[in-house]
Amino acid sequence: MNISEQWLREWVNPDTDTEGLAHQLTMAGLEVDSIEPVAGEFSKVVIGKVLSAEPHPDADKLTLCQVDAGTGDTLQIICGAANARKDMKAAVALVGARLPGGVKIGAAKIRGVRSQGMLCSARELGLGDEHEGVLDLDPSAPVGECFREWMKLDDHVIKFDLTPNRGDCFCVAGVARDVAAINRLPLNEPEINDVPAQSKIVFPVDVIAKDACPSFSSRVVSGIRPDARTPMWMCEKLRRSGLRPIHPVVDVTNFVMLELGQPLHAFDLDIVQGGIRVRYAEKNEKLTLLDGRIVSLDTDVVLVADHQRPLAIAGIMGGENSGVTEQTRNVLFEAAYWSPMALAGRARRFGLHTDASLRFERGVDPWLQQKAIQRATALLIDIAGGEAGPLSTERSDKHMPAREPVRLRVQRIDRVLGMEMAPDEVADILRALGMSLDETEGGWMVTPPGHRFDISIEEDLIEEVARIYGYDRIPETPPTTVMHMPKVTEGKVAESRIRSALVERGYQEAMTYSFISADLDRQFAGDGDQAELINPISEELAVMRRSLWPGLLEALRNNLSRQQERVRLFEIGMRYYSQKTDFKEINTLSIAISGSRLPEQWGSVAEPVDLFDIKSDLEAVLRPTGNLSSLNYRAEENPVLCPGQSARVLLDDEPIGWLGALHPQIVQQMGIDRDAWLFEVDIDAAFTAKIPEFKGISRYPSIRRDISILVPESVSIAEIRETVRLAAGELLSELLIFDIYRGTGVDSGLKSVALGLILQEYSRTLTDIDGDAVIQAVVGKLQKSHQAKLRE
Amino acid sequence: MTDLEQLKTTAEQEIAASDSVRALDEVRVRLLGKKGELTRQLKQLGQLPADQRPAAGQQINLAKKILADLIDTRREQLESADLHSRLIAEAVDVTQPARGEQPGGLHPVTRTMQRIEAIFSGAGFAVHTGPEIENDEYNFGALNFPDDHPARAMHDTFYLEGGMLLRTHTSPVQIRAMQAHGTPIKLIAPGRVYRCDSDQTHTPMFHQVEGLLVDRGISFANLKAVLHDFVERFFERKVRLRFRPSYFPFTEPSAEVDIEWQNGGWLEILGCGMVHPQVLKNVGVDPEEYTGYAFGMGVERLAMLRYGVDDLRMFFENDLRFLRQFN
Repeated sequence: MNISEQWLREWVNPDTDTEGLAHQLTMAGLEVDSIEPVAGEFSKVVIGKVLSAEPHPDADKLTLCQVDAGTGDTLQIICGAANARKDMKAAVALVGARLPGGVKIGAAKIRGVRSQGMLCSARELGLGDEHEGVLDLDPSAPVGECFREWMKLDDHVIKFDLTPNRGDCFCVAGVARDVAAINRLPLNEPEINDVPAQSKIVFPVDVIAKDACPSFSSRVVSGIRPDARTPMWMCEKLRRSGLRPIHPVVDVTNFVMLELGQPLHAFDLDIVQGGIRVRYAEKNEKLTLLDGRIVSLDTDVVLVADHQRPLAIAGIMGGENSGVTEQTRNVLFEAAYWSPMALAGRARRFGLHTDASLRFERGVDPWLQQKAIQRATALLIDIAGGEAGPLSTERSDKHMPAREPVRLRVQRIDRVLGMEMAPDEVADILRALGMSLDETEGGWMVTPPGHRFDISIEEDLIEEVARIYGYDRIPETPPTTVMHMPKVTEGKVAESRIRSALVERGYQEAMTYSFISADLDRQFAGDGDQAELINPISEELAVMRRSLWPGLLEALRNNLSRQQERVRLFEIGMRYYSQKTDFKEINTLSIAISGSRLPEQWGSVAEPVDLFDIKSDLEAVLRPTGNLSSLNYRAEENPVLCPGQSARVLLDDEPIGWLGALHPQIVQQMGIDRDAWLFEVDIDAAFTAKIPEFKGISRYPSIRRDISILVPESVSIAEIRETVRLAAGELLSELLIFDIYRGTGVDSGLKSVALGLILQEYSRTLTDIDGDAVIQAVVGKLQKSHQAKLRE
Repeated sequence: MTDLEQLKTTAEQEIAASDSVRALDEVRVRLLGKKGELTRQLKQLGQLPADQRPAAGQQINLAKKILADLIDTRREQLESADLHSRLIAEAVDVTQPARGEQPGGLHPVTRTMQRIEAIFSGAGFAVHTGPEIENDEYNFGALNFPDDHPARAMHDTFYLEGGMLLRTHTSPVQIRAMQAHGTPIKLIAPGRVYRCDSDQTHTPMFHQVEGLLVDRGISFANLKAVLHDFVERFFERKVRLRFRPSYFPFTEPSAEVDIEWQNGGWLEILGCGMVHPQVLKNVGVDPEEYTGYAFGMGVERLAMLRYGVDDLRMFFENDLRFLRQFN
C-alpha cells in the first residue's frame, strides 16, 4: 500500500516529521517499508504558457516554442516533444535551473536557433517514468508560479505492508483513523455532501444473490463531456498512490477507493442491456475479462450481469465490453458490499489479484456504499459535468453483517499483557478507534465500527489497546513457571553424536532439498510408493525423495567440478513414502564420498577409498549403540550400486540400510566422473542403544593363539568368524582377522586368512592344554565346514 | 701423607678433564682398579706401624669414596651429554604439517539450530518434533486459519495427494504436543518447513524453530522478557529489541520482533504472540485458566545475521568452500 504523506496529513496532521509519522505507523502494526520523495530535486522550474509552437526551420522533429513563463520576456524554447502546442501550460526549466541527476539548464543554440530553457517531461523532473512528451498541465495552471509549489511536490510516498486483518487500512481514511487514534487527534474528513438528483434516470437493479451482496448502491450520471481531463491534483494523488490516470470516470472511482476504501465500478450505461442483475454464475458460464482472458465460471462465483450477459466478476474484475471508453457519455456507478466469504479464494482461482479483490476479501465497511457514490458523483460532475440521477440502494438487512458487542474485562487485559492499565486509558483508546463502549461490571461491552472485521473476541480488543498504547511500553517480566527436568534418553544415540562421529572422520554435513526429480527418485528407489507434489516449483523438485543419495551425489558432483579432489558428505533427513494418501517419513543417515582415503599429505601414498573405509565409518557411527556384534552385511544387488560391491546392512538380521560403490553407469549418467561410495541407514532402526551392563573383569591373564588357514574364495569372512565363534565357545573373548592374502604361494581360488584368538576365563589362568583344545576344535570345524587347510 | 693428598688432587683434575665415558673409565681403573693407585696404597698399609694403620686406612678409604662419587657424577654428565647429542642428530622439522584425517564440520544451519536448542533447553524448554507431511487441520485449521482466508495465501503451500501438504511452519507441533501432553507445556519445535517460493531471498525449503509456553498466568510481558533474553544469548551481546503489532491467526495479540543492527536499522527476526484462545480451545484447554505465548523464528535468517552470510541460497548449494567456513 502506498500513501501520500500530504494526503494523509490533510486528514490528520500530527506534530511530527515524516520519520516520526512512519515510526508511528510501524509501531501501530502498519509496517513501513520505505519512504520516498514524490519528485526529484530541482529548482527554477516554473509554469509557462506556450504562446506559439512552430516547426524548427532546420530540424523535422523539433518545435520552436515562444513561451510566457512570467519572467517578463517571451522565451524562445526548442522542444523535441511531439505534444508541445499553442496555449499549452507546461513546466518550464528556466536558464540556470538544476534538474534531477545534476542536469544544468543553460542558454543554448540548437541547429543554429537560440533556446532559453526547457519544457520538461515527467521523467525529467523525477515524477515517474513518463517521457513521451512534456507535462501537459491543467489549463488553469497559473503562469509564472513555482511548479514545485503549485504541484505540492514536497511530499513523500510512504510504502507499507498490511497484515490480512487490516483491510480497513487500504485507504487514506483508514490510515488516518489509526494516526488520529495514536495521537488522540480529531479526523479532518473532507466534506462529502449529498449530490441532489438532477435527472430522474434510474437503472433497474435486481440483487438475486443477497447473501453475497447485502448492499448494492448505484447511480446514473448522464451527459458527461467526453473530452474532460482529470485534473492534475487528482492525477498526482493517484500517481503517489501507485495508480496511473486512465479516464476521468475510472480515475474518480480509483480516487474514491484510495480515499475511503470503497471500490467502485463504472459501466458505460449505453452498453448495459435492460438492467443489472447480481447473481451467481451458471456452471461453465464464460466471461471475457478486462485483460482479454476468457474465464469459465463456477456456480460459487458472483457476477454483476445485465439481462444479456455477465458484466463483471463481483468485487474482482470487470468484463471487457462494458467499461467506460473515450466515447462514454452516460455512466452507471456501482458500489457494493460483497461478503468476504462470497469472495474468498475466487480471485486466486483466476490468478487475479486486483485492488478491488484485495479490499473486498479483507472486508469493506458495509455501510460505506452511499457515501462513496456521493463522493464519486460530486467529483465526476466537477470534472466532466453531467447530470446525476437519484442514488438507489438495494439492501438486505437480514444479510448485513452484524457488529456484535464484545466483552472486555480490565482484569483480563492485565492477565494477558502482564501489566495494569488504567480503565480510563483503555476506554479512551477504544473510543479513539471508533468503538462504542457500554460500561459493565469490571469492564465494557465494546462494539466495533463497520470498517473493522477483525474484532470478535476479547483478545482482539486487548491487541487494539496494546497496539495504540505501544507494545514498547509493555514491561519485560521474566516468567516464573515450574521447571521440569529434561528427558535424557540413553536408549537412543543422539543425532548430535552421529554428526560428531562423522565430522571427526572428515565428513562435511550437507543439506539437500527434500524434493527431487521424479526420474532420479525412481532410478534410486524404484516404482510404486513415490509421493508427488501437486504443485511443484519445477520438474527437478517434483517428488519427495525416497533416498538422500541423489541429492548428496549432485552436491558431490558439483564440488568435484569445483576442483575439490576429496569430498565426503553426509546428511541426516527424512525419506518419504506414500501409500495413496498415507504418508510415511523415515529419518535417515546417508553419506556419499569420493577421493583418497586420507587428505593429501606427506609421508603417505594417496590411496583411493574402498568399501572397507566406509564400513569403518559406518561402524564408528554405530559403535555407541553397543550393538556392533549384531551388525552384519549381506552381499546383495541394488540397482544403483556396483554389483559385487554392494551390501545390505543388517542389524539382528533385520535390514537397516545399504552400503556400496555407486554403479559405474550412474557415475557416468550423473556426470560424476569418479568412483563414489555410499551408505544409507534408517536412524530409528539403527541407533537404538544398549544401556551398558557391567560384567566382572577377569583377574587372570588372557592367552593368544594365531592360526593361518587357506579357504576357497567363496567362503566369506563372516562365515569363518561365525564358525570360529561357535567352535571356540565361551573361552573366546576376541577374534581378530589380522591378515587376508591372495597371490604368490596361494593357489588361485583360495585365500589365506590369519586369525588371532584371544582366550580368557573369568575364574582361572588358562593353560596350554586349554589353548590347544580350542585350536583343535576350531581347526577341525573350519576344515569340516569350509574345506579349510591349516597353513604352516 | 702428602702422597695421598697429591694423588687426590691429581685424580680430581683427571676426572674433570675426562671428555668421554671411555677416558673416564681409564681414570677409574688407574685409581680404583685392582692394580690402581689407591688399591696399591691400601695394600701397603701393612708396612706402617700398627698404631698408625687405622687412621691411614680411614683416610685412604675416604679418598676412595670421594673419587668414586666424582667419577659417577662425571659419568652421568657425560652420558647425558652423549644422549643429547645423539637425539639432536635425530631431530625432526617441527614445522612439518600434522598427519592423518582432518575433521569436517557441521552445516551452519545445524550449528545454529544446536545453539538455539541449547539456549532454550537451558531454560527448561523441551525439544519436540512432528511430521513434515501434515494434514490441513494441523497446519491451518487447528491453528485458527479460516478456510480460504488471505492468511493462507501468504503461506504458498505445497500440496500432496489427499489434501495432505508439506508443513509451512513447525507450528503444527504445538497442536500435536498439547494434544499429547496437555498443559502446562513448554517446548521448542525445530525442523524443516516448506513454502512454494523460490527467488533470491526465498528457498522452497528452510528451517524454523517454534516455541510454546502455556501455563497459568503467562503474559505478553513474559514473552517480551524471554525473547529479549534469547536474542542477547544468541548474539552474545546487548541488543535492542522492537516488538511491533502484527497478525498471525494463531496468536492474539501478535507481534513481529525487530532487532537493532550495527547500522542503526531494524531487522525483523521473528514472529510471536499470545496463543489465540481458539487454538487453546481446539486442543481442549480452557483459555480462562491457561494463557500462553508462542514464537517462531527462521533458522537460516538467524544464521545469516550471526555469521554475516548474505545469500540465503548458499545454505542449500552445499559448496565445500562455503561449508568449510563453519568448521
